[in-house]
Amino acid sequence: MKAKIRKLATFVEETCTEMGRQIQPPTRRAAAVAVIENPCAGKYVEDLNELMEIGEELGQLLTERAVAALGIPGPSAESYGKAAAVGENGELEHAAAILHPKLGTPVRKVLGKGAALIPSSKKRGGLGVALDIPLGHKDAAFVRSHFDGMEVRLNDAPRANEIMVAIAVTDSGRPLPRVGGLAKAQIKGDDGLR
Amino acid sequence: MPEVKLRKRLTVVEEIFHEGGPAATTPLRRAAQLAVIHNPFAGRYVPDIAGFMDDLKPLGLEMARNLISALGGNARGIEGYGKGAIVGSAGELEHGALWHVPGGYGMRELLGGAKAIVASTKKVGGPGTRLDVPITHINASYVRSHFDAMEVGLVDAPLADEIVLALVMTTGSRVHARVGGLKASEIKGEDGLR
Repeated sequence: MKAKIRKLATFVEETCTEMGRQIQPPTRRAAAVAVIENPCAGKYVEDLNELMEIGEELGQLLTERAVAALGIPGPSAESYGKAAAVGENGELEHAAAILHPKLGTPVRKVLGKGAALIPSSKKRGGLGVALDIPLGHKDAAFVRSHFDGMEVRLNDAPRANEIMVAIAVTDSGRPLPRVGGLAKAQIKGDDGLR
Repeated sequence: MPEVKLRKRLTVVEEIFHEGGPAATTPLRRAAQLAVIHNPFAGRYVPDIAGFMDDLKPLGLEMARNLISALGGNARGIEGYGKGAIVGSAGELEHGALWHVPGGYGMRELLGGAKAIVASTKKVGGPGTRLDVPITHINASYVRSHFDAMEVGLVDAPLADEIVLALVMTTGSRVHARVGGLKASEIKGEDGLR
């Protein structure tokens, strides 16, 4: 593996009731997080290819872990998202190098499909910084019931020379969706949007 | 006594390979499970609350079972534990103390009568409050390598009339433990202390 991983974490959230109403089955979302060494920390590096390749590795590893944490086959996942936080000796562009060029292909391979853009967020921050991973339906970005977000954090990451990379996957949308828009049942699935 | 109303659950698993030193042959794993429940005593002073501890016992047992499963399914692989509670703003600290018996009971029951007192902490706080759950060796509180803690919390809990209940288990010592003291191999196992 190219990535030097210090730690891995998974988070599974299960919502059983909301506003006193039973959610049956409970909505569930999982996030898998890797804390890795930033090989480009502390200096300006023009060619970020190494980080792009690390992104490719983590795309597979973290998606597999998130899906396993939910206990579902990859194709049963409904929405997804990704995020990265760069420690203080790194650059926002390092997060971009991990997240954008190569991470998506292995994510989609694990999930079977994934026509929609993978929503993302990134930031630079210190230990304990919160990552709000945006979530959207994996096959049609306009499915309104699945617009969501999941906050994850680790109190001891990212250290100055580290990057924290997260992938979130769900088997459901928000607990009580009722603001209209495109419904899951109406997905055409041709263009990743509707 | 009132029934236990569960709103959501969060499971966190951390796998720690190193912390700047030599990579562990077996990575340390720590897991926490949090249950967000309705606080039946919120908003007023209720003199008699102790009966609720019995109502919480099945939940404690279920959470302990989930943690063992999150750490690989083998109860004999569990070496450290801890527990904690965060009471929402309409409750009182004493409501968090209701977790002492059922939380400890659940873990001891499944860990083969672990001898050490279960380290614990509690507080009153708003949504997003973080709790540092203390961790000690399950059979001897003085084992220095196993003194640890895991920070947990949920962005949207506890609401004012809720309690977040937490259980934590680990599979070993701190990843680079080297400050001496009683070793796990030296446990006498008579009094839960040494």
